[in-house]
Order: sequence, then structure tokens, then C-alpha cells
Amino acid sequence: MKNWNVRLKAGVAILAVFLILGFVFPLFHPGNPIDWSAYPKNLKPSAAHWFGTTNLGQDTFWLLAKSIQNSFIIGILVAFFATVIGALLGLLAGFKGGFVDRLITLFTDSFIVIPSLPILILLGTLLKGRASLLYIALILIVFNWPWPARQLRAMALSLRERDFIHTALFSGMSTFSIIVKEIFPFVAGWSLANFVNTILVAIGSESGLAVIGMSSNEKATLGTMIYWANQHQAMLAGRWWWIGSPVIAIALIFIALFLTMTGYQQYSALRRGK
Amino acid sequence: MDFYKFLLSRILTFVLVVFIGITAVFFVPRFLPSDPVEAMIGQLTSKSAFMDPKAIETMRTTLNESFGLQGSLLQQYFGFFKRVLITHDFGPSLANYPAPVGELIGRALPWTMGLLLTSTIISWAIGNVVGLLAGFRKEKAYSKLLEAISIALYPIPYYIFALVLIMVFAYIVPIFPLSSTFQGDGFTWERIKSLVVGSTLPALSMILVGTGWWVISMKTLSAGIAEEDYVHFARLKGLKERKIMSRYVLPNAALPQVTMLALQLGTIFNGALVTEILFGYPGVGTLIYTGILQADYNLIMGTITISILAVAGATFVVDFLYPFLDPRVRYK
Repeated sequence: MKNWNVRLKAGVAILAVFLILGFVFPLFHPGNPIDWSAYPKNLKPSAAHWFGTTNLGQDTFWLLAKSIQNSFIIGILVAFFATVIGALLGLLAGFKGGFVDRLITLFTDSFIVIPSLPILILLGTLLKGRASLLYIALILIVFNWPWPARQLRAMALSLRERDFIHTALFSGMSTFSIIVKEIFPFVAGWSLANFVNTILVAIGSESGLAVIGMSSNEKATLGTMIYWANQHQAMLAGRWWWIGSPVIAIALIFIALFLTMTGYQQYSALRRGK
Repeated sequence: MDFYKFLLSRILTFVLVVFIGITAVFFVPRFLPSDPVEAMIGQLTSKSAFMDPKAIETMRTTLNESFGLQGSLLQQYFGFFKRVLITHDFGPSLANYPAPVGELIGRALPWTMGLLLTSTIISWAIGNVVGLLAGFRKEKAYSKLLEAISIALYPIPYYIFALVLIMVFAYIVPIFPLSSTFQGDGFTWERIKSLVVGSTLPALSMILVGTGWWVISMKTLSAGIAEEDYVHFARLKGLKERKIMSRYVLPNAALPQVTMLALQLGTIFNGALVTEILFGYPGVGTLIYTGILQADYNLIMGTITISILAVAGATFVVDFLYPFLDPRVRYK
């Protein structure tokens, strides 16, 4: 951690706070934070309820913790699969070249252009805001693999001219094992940065969908929290702790993810230079 | 030769985008556990106390028709393409019966285009100028400050920004209206004023986030180009810094930004949809939302397919303009 730059330190520190809030704190809360009327409604923040209670009688703090947890689960799930699928396809395209490359590139460029939100909205409408989080994650994976694929194709194009790849090729290694054993170590750094960025994109997409009530309304995510707060006019009624806490949480989480990503990129660029 | 190759690959991409987009819209309702038509009829009959069985049957037929549910799956699939691409017929809007969906979309589209065009052009221009400065003179204090501001702006989604702006400028300091309402008709002063007042907050939330992104990518590009040999050469030749920045670094850094713009249009459009809904701005996003709230499936299908076509078309136009901007593609 000695060589970590300011961005990486700040990003990881803020992320750690939110990850503890989302994954450790809920372990100490016995009830289900989504249950309505568990507490008196609309209490202001106090020692008993740090962030007050909602109009639905939920404790805002525990609701927020659970929401952060679910949002991160979606983000990590989508980021993992999208990065792995995208990386493999991109490397395959860049390394194989020819028809395979043209075909994969064509699909990559097309999927990048298609606006995913309208299709997610269609799905959300037909499922009437009861889509399972897994279903939404699946669709988000479909729309998030092209970015890493595009980038890693470019990296593979330059890597395949290197000597050690030629050696591997002539010694009879299969394309797949060359990708996994010889190329992947080179692109792992970028892939990790992309993984962090995709968490950001996935949480953002799900929340965007949720804010308009098209995600899983019964589940707690940062987006659905904003949705319910908006539905109950939290802003008009001055219940700023209800609408404000998820908004601030999203903003901070996103800045932290972004700092971690760019900080890590700088860090690994520095390491390569050594 | 290269120009035609470039053009051909862009046309292919455009065709594939339209194809994948429409195919997705076609198949999504078919993979769902419940039959959307039956669900919708159930919803309609539960809303009104009594409905003539005959009327329900007619409704079922029209719905099946507008979802393209007649005939074999293959026939349905081709029929859907024909309706979307050739006849543009999405049936009547069920919420605003009997106004055709096409007409409603036609009315909303200019609003969305206006908002998107203005905010995208403004943020792209400001972002590139600021990014150029920050990248070319990256050791200056103001460059670092500008970059820090963009880093704080860029990762935050549009709707979060929209919510914050609503909180600040519509509640705490009520300068702007809570939602966009537009008065007057034609070119009157009153109308222009209400246009400006009503569009400022939605546009501002999109411009701020967009600018952050363009600053960050332009900064990386121009910082890289500022290290190139031809820039050193220009400096040794005694050219003024200002000239090096505007004639050597700017064109080379701006070109990838044009390609980036084409790639980002889909994402920007996604952001515009949610922003419109939050502000009640009368564009396509709000129209989709109306469709959702009133369970108007014709309207939803129509707006979603048109959105995909519009974004694909806009991306194609930006891509198509690229060779005219980049002499390397044009003359090879």
C-alpha cells in the first residue's frame, strides 16, 4: 500500500466504509428493514434512529444499509460476468483476426450503440416492477460486455505481434490457453479497472430504472429507496433524511468507485514503468 | 477505397443495431411468464366495473394485432419489422384514445431532440476546451482544479444530479419550477421565456454531468498528444504555445472525441429519458412514462422502438460525418 496514490487511497477508503455499512452492519439488525410500520412514521433523525424513519415506518439507516448491500450485489455480479465475457470475446477477436474479428467487432459496436434503458423499461413494465434482481442483472450483463471487449481487442492486436506470443504459437499452444496463460496477465490490470467501472455502470443503470419504479420495487436498492421516497413526496414534506440519504450514498459510492478505478490505473502504470 | 470500407462497416453496424434492437423488443415480451395481452385486459376490466364481452374481444384482437401476435412466430417477427420500419404503425394510444401513437411520438420527439442536441453540443464543446487546457497545461493549478471538479461531476448519474438540482433550485431556493410546464404558442415572448425557464434545470443536469465526462477523456487524449514528437518539433521550430495547442493538439485530440460521441449517444439518451421523467419535460421519456403509468402498451412499444431507431440513426450520422472531419480517412 506504500505506493498507492491519493486517488486510490481515498477511493478504497470511502468504498470500505460503504462495504462495511452494506455487508457487516445488516448482520447486527434482527428484523427485515423493508417491513412497513415497524416503527413510528416520519421520525426525525435521533439517537434511536440515526437517519430517522420513513413515511412507511421503516428505519432509514437500516433500509439504507440493506439497499447498499443489494445495489453492490447487482453491481459486482454484472461487473464480474460482463468483464469476463467481454475480455474473452475481445481477446479472441483481436488475437484470431479475420472473419471472427469482424463478426465480434460488428456485434460489439452494435451493442454499445443500442440504448439499454428503453429495453429495460419494456421489461420492467411487463413485469410491473416485480422483476427479480437476478433478471435485471442478466439484462445488464448483456449490455455491458461490449466496452471491455472493445478495449481488450485493441490490446490484443498489439500484443499478438510480440515475440513471446509467437513462441507460444509455434510451440503448439491452443489459442484459448495462449489467451488465458500468456495474454491475460498483461490485461489483468485494465480488466480490474474495468470491473470497478462496470460496478458503477450497473449500479447506475439499476438505480435509474428503479427511480422510475421499473426495477424490483419490493426489494431494497438505492434506486428503489429514491422511488419510494419520491412516491411519498419526501421532498415536498421536508423529509430530507429519507430522500437525501440514498442520493448522497449513490453520489459518494460513485465518486469512490471512479477514484479507485483511475487511481488503480495510475498505480499500475507506475508499476509497469519500474 | 478506405472511405468506402469505412462507410460500409458503419452501414453494417447501423443495420445490425436496428436489427438487434427491434429483435430484442420483439422477443422480450415473449420470454415473460405471463401473457401481456391477458394481463392488460385483466387490468382494464378490473378498472371499469363492467365491460361488454364484445368490447373485450375487440380489445383482445387489437392488442394481439399491435403486439403482432397473429400467425406463426416467424410471420409475427417479419410483420413486426414491417410495422416498425415501413408503415410506422403502432396503433392507437390506449390512454389517449383514439390519437395514434405515431402522432404522440411525433409531438414529443422534437422536445427530446432539442434537449439532447443543445445539452450534448454545449457539454461536448465546453468539455473539450476545458479538457484541452487541462491536458496541455497539466502542471498548472487551474488544470488540477478543473480536473478535480470533473471527477466529482462525471461519475454521478444524471438523475441524481436532476434530483439535487430540483432540491436546490426548486425547493430551497425556488428560482425554477418543479416541473417543466410550457405556456403560450408560436413565437411570443411569453413562450420563449417559459421555454427557457422550463428547460434550464433538465438541460443543466445533463450538461454538468456530460461536461465532466468530456473533460476527463479530452484531458487524457491531449496530455498524450502533447508528448508526441511533432509537438516537440513545433516547439523547437519556435511556434507559439497557443498555436501548438490549437493547430497541433486540438485536431488530433478532437477526432477520437467525435468517435466517442457516437459511442456515447446511447448512454446520453438513457440519461435524457430519466431526466425528462423526473422533470416532467414533455419529451419521449415522459411519454414512455405516461405509457407505463397508464398501461398503454401500444405507446410503450412505439416509443421504445422509435427511441432505438433514433439513437441508431443519430450515431450513424455522427459516424458518417467523421471522414469529412478526418483527412486521413478521406484521402487514403
